[in-house]
Amino acid sequence: MTAMLTANNGTRLAVLGLALLALVTLPLWMPGIYYVNVGSQILFYAVFALGLNVLVGYAGLVSLGHAGLFGISAYATGYMLQLGAGHSVAIVVALIVGVASMAVFALLSLRSSGIGFIMITLALGEILWGLAYRWISLTGGDNGISVRGRPAPFGYSLTDPVHFYYAALAVFIVAVVMVAIFVRSPFGASLMGTRDQPRRMNALGYHVWMIRFYACLFSGLLTAVSGILFVYYTNFISPQTLALTSSAEVLLMVISGGPGTLLGPIVGAALVVVIKTVVSGFIERWNFLLGAIFVAIVILVPEGIVPGTVRLWQLITRKRVSAPAANAEAASSEAAP
Amino acid sequence: MSALTVTGLNKSFGGLHVTRGVNLDIQPGERRLIIGPNGAGKTTLFNLITGELTPDTGTIELFGQDISKVPSRDRAHRGMARTYQIITLFGKDTIIHNVRLALLGLSPTRWNPWTDLRRHGRFTEQGHKALARVGLSHIADRPLGQTSYGERRRVEIAMALAQEPKVLLLDEPFAGLSIDERRDVHKCLMAIPRDVTIVMIEHNMDVALEFAERITLLHFGEVIVEGNRAEVVNDPRTREVYLGH
Repeated sequence: MTAMLTANNGTRLAVLGLALLALVTLPLWMPGIYYVNVGSQILFYAVFALGLNVLVGYAGLVSLGHAGLFGISAYATGYMLQLGAGHSVAIVVALIVGVASMAVFALLSLRSSGIGFIMITLALGEILWGLAYRWISLTGGDNGISVRGRPAPFGYSLTDPVHFYYAALAVFIVAVVMVAIFVRSPFGASLMGTRDQPRRMNALGYHVWMIRFYACLFSGLLTAVSGILFVYYTNFISPQTLALTSSAEVLLMVISGGPGTLLGPIVGAALVVVIKTVVSGFIERWNFLLGAIFVAIVILVPEGIVPGTVRLWQLITRKRVSAPAANAEAASSEAAP
Repeated sequence: MSALTVTGLNKSFGGLHVTRGVNLDIQPGERRLIIGPNGAGKTTLFNLITGELTPDTGTIELFGQDISKVPSRDRAHRGMARTYQIITLFGKDTIIHNVRLALLGLSPTRWNPWTDLRRHGRFTEQGHKALARVGLSHIADRPLGQTSYGERRRVEIAMALAQEPKVLLLDEPFAGLSIDERRDVHKCLMAIPRDVTIVMIEHNMDVALEFAERITLLHFGEVIVEGNRAEVVNDPRTREVYLGH
């Protein structure tokens, strides 16, 4: 048993090492800059999905307004740069605005859970989308805000797509490590407890509301980080980024990959971004394909791609292990007088 | 000083009065049994005492301190623990993790987002001790989904005991158990030291009467009989509304 666990950990580490190696060397083996940019998109959308997964997967709170928070950080960055602030100031302000907005979101939406939470976050997201459209003096309305240039931390200009990719990769790795530490921590265990048995957690002495509130702030931080990466990637932000479809899209990333897992939202982000950006170049009705894939996921691996694949793999390997044992048993019973 | 004092407790859901002027005075170390027919308001009384429901009027005192306005979660920090009539556990986790969560609930460590929970070995150690008290330490690492109903009842009791409560409220701990399981749970409860005051709701009179020193009979939210075993069992009102013979 211990040997099996060690072997599993070894396999996991080897897979993670290979994945990391592939990500670090991606610009070297990708056929062109276009695909490096797709890689950057996957990375910042994965950070976004990881942020939403803190709520959906670990807290059991489904938000349909996260694109609003993502957009607020992006707008804050753009607006600060428009005002003439430097990149560092713009980023810090965007992070503060993003987390503060999440705090307001949480104060209003944590009055409820389940369907109530979904509806309140949906409504708040729509309010932000409406403001982005109508508050033209601040957001530029339909025309949005253009951002000139990208930062150059330590003289390493992010204007170059490969450089930007590595910056996004660094942020992505930090985000993954942060979430990995968070979910294994006592606070992470408390959060998952509030997801599974909030009433029991309350009786055990936990402040369920406060735990959820802090989880929202952490989710807001990751969402703000991804919003900043997004605006620097596109150099543009418009109300469309805050639309309900964007919230639904990132929610689909989490659900399709596997909520409540570390790898699931990353795989989900990769799936959606690749279909949206790469496959859409070859298939005109890519939306249909995306929908068909989601239906297949729901039917075949309802728990999400990552946990579903693990389950199927375990099923196959168990059959492989048990088949020779069953054959041996059958042979011995045949041999018996 | 009484361990738990309930004075004039009233609760209504719309026009339905579920508790009417309930008074209880439970001494430290006492084993109190709350009985009554279905719908008498026993579980509602527990929910009021633990703060899951807010009373319309009345007060609740824990060792002389008024806790009527204290939030439910803080009552756990003041030494009140409970089990549920319908088993309420963390089904995806192992037995030891369930008990660890109970221990973590009273520790400031629960707010720590930085370190791995497994590195806080004291929770696992204390969890094993609590499980040993209910005879489950040998299966501590078993997923809860692979345990029997009786074992889950004992996990609930272990979680409550792990918090080292001063007052323990047990809501039908023998419900749905087989004879063997009932015997195991009974053994666990009898082994709880006298520094823990126990209030128990139970319908299974064979085991409950053996356990309890004083009994309170509730009917339509009112205390109609209270006394020691003999007094309550022999009272004609008990026979009329509850025992039926």
